Amino acid sequence: MNPQPKSHPTPARARRVSSGRYSLWRVFLEGLTGQRGWSRAWAKATPRERYRVVIVGGGGHGLATAFYLATEYGISDVAVLEQGPLGLGNVGRNTTIIRSNYFHPQNIRFYEHSLKLWEGLERALNFNAMVSQRGTLNLFHSEAQRDLFTRRANMMRLLGVDAEALSREAVKELVPLVDLDNGRYPVLGGFLQRRGGTVRHDAVAWGYARAASEAGVDIVEDCEVTGITRDGSRVTGVETTRGHITADTVCLAVAGHSSRLAAMAGLTLPIESHVLQAFVSEGIKPVLDVVLTYGAGHFYVSQSDKGGLVFGGAIDGYNSYGQRGTLPMAEEVAAAAVTLLPGLARLKVLRQWGGVMDMSMDGSPIISATPLEGLFVNGGWCYGGFKAIPAGGLATAHLIARQAPHPLAAHLGLERFAAGRTVDERGAGPFPYAH
Amino acid sequence: MLRIPCPWCGERDETEFRYRGDASKVRPAADAGLAAFTAYVYERDNHCGWHLEWWLHVGGCRRLLKVVRHTLSHEIHAVGGPEDQLSPPPGLTR
Amino acid sequence: MRAPGRIARGLLTDPDRPVGFRFDGRSMQGLAGDTLAAALLANGQRLVARSFKYHRPRGIVTAGPEEPCALVDVIGVSGREPNRLATTLLLHEGLVAESQNRWPSLRFDVLAVNDLMGRFLPAGFYYKTFMAPGWAWERLYEPLIRRAAGLGRLEAIVGDHAAPAETVHDHADVLVVGAGTAGLAAAHRLGTSGLKVMLADQDVVLGGGSLLDARWSAWRESLCAGLAGLATVRCLPRTTVLGAYGHGVFGALETLSPPEAARFDGLRERLRIIRARRVVCATGALERLIAFPGNDLPGVMLAGAAHQYLRRYGVAVGRRPVFFLNSDEAYEAVFALSGAGIECAVVDVRESSLAAERARALGVEVHGGAVVEGAYGRDGVRAVRVVDVTGRARRELAADCLLMSGGYSPATTLASQLGARLTWQEAIAAFTADLAPAIGQMAGAARGVFGLAAAARDGESAARTLAAQLARPVGAADPGVDLPPDADVTPIAALWEVRGPAKAFVDLQNDVTAADVRLSCREGYEHVEHMKRFTTHGMATDQGRIGGLVGSAVLAQARGVPLWQVGQTRPRPFAQPVPFAALAGGEVREHYRPKRRLPLHDWHEAAGATFVSTGLWLRPLVYSPRQGWEAVLNEARAVRRSVGITDVSTLGKIDVQGPDAARFLDFIYASSFATLAVGRARYGIMLREDGMLLDDGTTSRLAPEHFLVTTTTANATATLEHMEFHLQAVWPRLDVLLTDVGDQWAQFAVAGPRSREVVAAVVAGLELSNEAFPFMAASVATIAGVAGRVFRISFSGELAYELAVPARHALAVWSAVLEAGKRFGIAPYGLDALNTLRIEKGHVTAAELNGNTSADDLGMQRMLKKHGDFIGRALSQRPGLTAPERLQLVGVRPLARAHRLRNGLQLVAPEARTTSLGYVTSSTPSVESDGWVGLALVAGGRRRLGQRLIGTSPVHDEAIEIEIVSPHMLDPENLRVRA
Repeated sequence: MNPQPKSHPTPARARRVSSGRYSLWRVFLEGLTGQRGWSRAWAKATPRERYRVVIVGGGGHGLATAFYLATEYGISDVAVLEQGPLGLGNVGRNTTIIRSNYFHPQNIRFYEHSLKLWEGLERALNFNAMVSQRGTLNLFHSEAQRDLFTRRANMMRLLGVDAEALSREAVKELVPLVDLDNGRYPVLGGFLQRRGGTVRHDAVAWGYARAASEAGVDIVEDCEVTGITRDGSRVTGVETTRGHITADTVCLAVAGHSSRLAAMAGLTLPIESHVLQAFVSEGIKPVLDVVLTYGAGHFYVSQSDKGGLVFGGAIDGYNSYGQRGTLPMAEEVAAAAVTLLPGLARLKVLRQWGGVMDMSMDGSPIISATPLEGLFVNGGWCYGGFKAIPAGGLATAHLIARQAPHPLAAHLGLERFAAGRTVDERGAGPFPYAH
Repeated sequence: MLRIPCPWCGERDETEFRYRGDASKVRPAADAGLAAFTAYVYERDNHCGWHLEWWLHVGGCRRLLKVVRHTLSHEIHAVGGPEDQLSPPPGLTR
Repeated sequence: MRAPGRIARGLLTDPDRPVGFRFDGRSMQGLAGDTLAAALLANGQRLVARSFKYHRPRGIVTAGPEEPCALVDVIGVSGREPNRLATTLLLHEGLVAESQNRWPSLRFDVLAVNDLMGRFLPAGFYYKTFMAPGWAWERLYEPLIRRAAGLGRLEAIVGDHAAPAETVHDHADVLVVGAGTAGLAAAHRLGTSGLKVMLADQDVVLGGGSLLDARWSAWRESLCAGLAGLATVRCLPRTTVLGAYGHGVFGALETLSPPEAARFDGLRERLRIIRARRVVCATGALERLIAFPGNDLPGVMLAGAAHQYLRRYGVAVGRRPVFFLNSDEAYEAVFALSGAGIECAVVDVRESSLAAERARALGVEVHGGAVVEGAYGRDGVRAVRVVDVTGRARRELAADCLLMSGGYSPATTLASQLGARLTWQEAIAAFTADLAPAIGQMAGAARGVFGLAAAARDGESAARTLAAQLARPVGAADPGVDLPPDADVTPIAALWEVRGPAKAFVDLQNDVTAADVRLSCREGYEHVEHMKRFTTHGMATDQGRIGGLVGSAVLAQARGVPLWQVGQTRPRPFAQPVPFAALAGGEVREHYRPKRRLPLHDWHEAAGATFVSTGLWLRPLVYSPRQGWEAVLNEARAVRRSVGITDVSTLGKIDVQGPDAARFLDFIYASSFATLAVGRARYGIMLREDGMLLDDGTTSRLAPEHFLVTTTTANATATLEHMEFHLQAVWPRLDVLLTDVGDQWAQFAVAGPRSREVVAAVVAGLELSNEAFPFMAASVATIAGVAGRVFRISFSGELAYELAVPARHALAVWSAVLEAGKRFGIAPYGLDALNTLRIEKGHVTAAELNGNTSADDLGMQRMLKKHGDFIGRALSQRPGLTAPERLQLVGVRPLARAHRLRNGLQLVAPEARTTSLGYVTSSTPSVESDGWVGLALVAGGRRRLGQRLIGTSPVHDEAIEIEIVSPHMLDPENLRVRA
């Protein structure tokens, strides 16, 4: 590895125009003058020839990694390269849920740290990403499921994370729309994490981009990485559509496309790309004040601040890089919705889309060094990457800066697969399409 | 939605099939060693492009099909049995 | 009484059938055939809604599914349905509709204050504020925003009648989307060529734009009659193609006509899943709005919409309309209204045009080279200010409505989903799409070919191309009616926005102004997708169909780049909002998943069983209606003391035959089967290739080349597929046949010390003595006169036999066993008692085979074959799977006999109460001993026998002391099963 930062002189950087501080007062003042005083939220950087760190991927994890590198680890000689406009991958296509209810204690600690960072995000970024801790409620419909959730909730509580068991009646009180006796699999109860909730997803990308840019990071859009250059087993930089960029460290944060980028460096990852679909309904006045997960089928739903129900189901289940939705999944998810919440029957679904997931072989993410010196990977997020953005960014920044795993992410290294220490929440085995 | 032309049953919806992953992976010989089995079980090329893959026709003939499909456009180029040697369209590698 | 706006007889309305309805409590009358919007306009109701953000007064803007503003709540039998489009909602007697998003009333809406505050609430203001103090967002700001946002209110009445829906699967050679002149001509030509055609159109009648032109009636009627006479053509009016899903699959939503709905017991719509070899996208073009100050006032609507209200419903949208337009096509509305005796004025951005000349000749006042600078009026248009393009000459025109047309955008969303790339066409100021030949053809206005006759010819030509591709001789039949000629036209002059000081909207539903778009650009959200997400432009229920491109144009201007470079946002399904019920179809609630019933389901039910769903199966849990352990323990006690019988037919059963059957099983199982003698059964475990346990069960050798594998109920499907996959993919040369016989055989366990006597009474031709038929023996036998099989295997830990008979004989054999067991007090036992018995014995089930346990974890390391290959062999030997600190199976008992165990209890050491050492997987009150017993997975558990730990369930505020014991809590020497 490369413990000593190289002492190349850094060329003078263009002075940045700051977007200034955001506040209620400033919105008011701007209101008086026709909103003319706002400038770019993040600077449009032209890539320089070399950086200490190049992060490939201007999504949630890439931008958060850059932000924490600059603000927590004092490394701002960083470029984030995004092939198109930033934030349009999975950070802008997910169903915006945050929570830390996991089975494995290491996972609970990691996602709980993320949840804590979410709780202070607005102030850390000076950008309101509308973190809304309205609670995540998992319903159960069998005794076996109750037992699993009990075990999970108890593990969370041992680690100081909030979790509570709800009776059928309490479920009904929290979500009046639920039909407890929904025919096939009645609701037996639920488990609630009150601190779970939702976040305005686009704002996460924009907020991190703006804050990272303020902190001196170059955010380079429309810059596609076409190759990763090596000197033996050491990575030396990247080829891009805007020229070669030399870097001491290259970090891939391109979940959905990790395999494609890793292949440029000659690496094969324990990942398959699969499509997860999401849906949104027309906007209505508030009917659902919690993130609700059905336990007898693949369906989860929350209501956005705009009024639309945002919901989704399982992955389509075969390798895919296409962001297209499919009809059978739409039917399946709608059937679960109408079964659990019959009152939704006449509500209309507006839009369906898909996102490409890095499905890892054990269903858990990868924040890891690689066999190549100077190359790190943040990926394998399956369908759980959004909630992990703050902790994932922090842990990746730590890994890059300290050349050692962050203590909360030490279980997420690539070596776990060969060693037989996989972190398999569902026990589905090495079948990405089954997680 | 994929329509997979099963050689035994005809063209059918994807919902009749169970996906079984990358068919380019060949199970190593018993004595091939840990590294070979690790690669077989965990490592995937995960091509964005033509992909050789297994589909088990559980809602039909229960035969295992080998399919060459494009993972971006979803075009299906060829379908055969387990022992057929299938490859991407001529001139187009992955 | 005639409504004031009804000035003529409409194409779709019946003047002799008045229909009463209510809007916001006011009773009104429309005509059969009206939409709600048409009836409201006829009644002079211009204010129908309040906007999303600023709560501005809004009226009806369009006459179809692209409507952004006229959304209403409809109150009916299924409750209050939000966001119904007044422009497509068919009027029926007694319809009750209410306006949305206003309080206390539509005319006086408190939140209209938002409009006055508008300067402080630009796009994205919420990203910059509400951040302090930290608690205030969730407790103060967010609830306020959420209450103000949203449009309609959903109040469902849920009953058995709610939401009947159905799904229909269709196949066609060609799907023609859109039944305007292009679609009709294409469908006719394809149909006469012998191809199987489906023609879908969202409208209630076929004809599209030709419905508005009386010269086209003869042609249209002739074609529709022709189509009706073709057996291979299926016409589907009221059917919107929702999306394209690849491989020729389309989803479509058919709304049933009222008579058909009545015939099908209230069914409202059908989801059609259409599989077609080719598609013709004859989806037409959508008229665009123009962004100018006040372009959202009630009374501002699309020119084409006014034309439609007149022709289709006989309704004049105003008596003094001013048109604001930029193309000759838009003059069709001017000619129609003027022809109906309405005094029209036209503001045309172009100096002159052929259409303007024709209009002037009809006496219409045309202001060429001018634009509308603003529309004015309180709650509705009263005047418009016109300025010539040089900006010098201004004048005000009195008007009661402003009919705008910013040109026509070909409807390309379906084509985009089919992979078409968009090309900018300067001549029509719009994007067009081209489909790959293997997918289909664009036709008519959807391809930028405007003019009804030109579109018809284009549709016909598309059909000829497809017929040739699909190897069909092109049909010769001719409609026999000539195409009325199209008028010559002067080209459009692109016009997107007229800038002024007041709000000019690009998205009427989401209240996005042109200034918002410019702000978004200033702040760096300059990619069209960023602009959309920052401003919410195009994200409303209309998906930006009339203003989407206008927003892009404003953005392009702000960025200083051509419009084609900015492009449009990616269109996704659904083309029209689709009810959950329609997507869900019939597989909901009771029918959400199929039910698998045991062959003896009726018997169990009659015996008073409480059933439980495990996966798809319904299984008897306990033969008692009451909750609680007493009945369960009674059932289990009968087994321990005398004899019981239970239905284990849910077990997976796989018949394995062939010369290589034994070899194959040796690959599949970690345990060895080649050495199994005929007439013997063996317990075996299967691994996944990563070395973890997949499943367990007994396999019997019925003949040298014939085995019967049983799997757990939970893993029956997965195990079968695992075996099928490996047989075909990895060992295709093995001569083995796998057959799933799970449903063919019913299987019962007869267990308990008296089970031999009971079984002996029903089995013929089989000596059951320990010597002749020892533990783990298997044999064919005649059971109660039925050819079946007997296995001496035990899950309960008692002397036990499993009897298997063909499913159709289940009742006879079960009854015979009960009869034979009567003198021993035989009783059926359910799943709970089965669990009690197996937990005491330390047998594992799905709770322990959880996908994360290795053979070593469950103490089965010795079962792994030392020699020979098998699935999972290599990776099961990794240290990670046998590490001594892994969670291992143990038994647990509370120290205090009165304490109960709970599944999911975490186990901690008394001195380190936040570190989990493991957890309880299964637990039960014991029949054999006092108190509860359980199984647990505990770190290094086998080394902890005798240790005391704390079992804690913080979510239940419980913590008890427990002792780690061997999982074999009952008869560890296995004497009973061999008795």
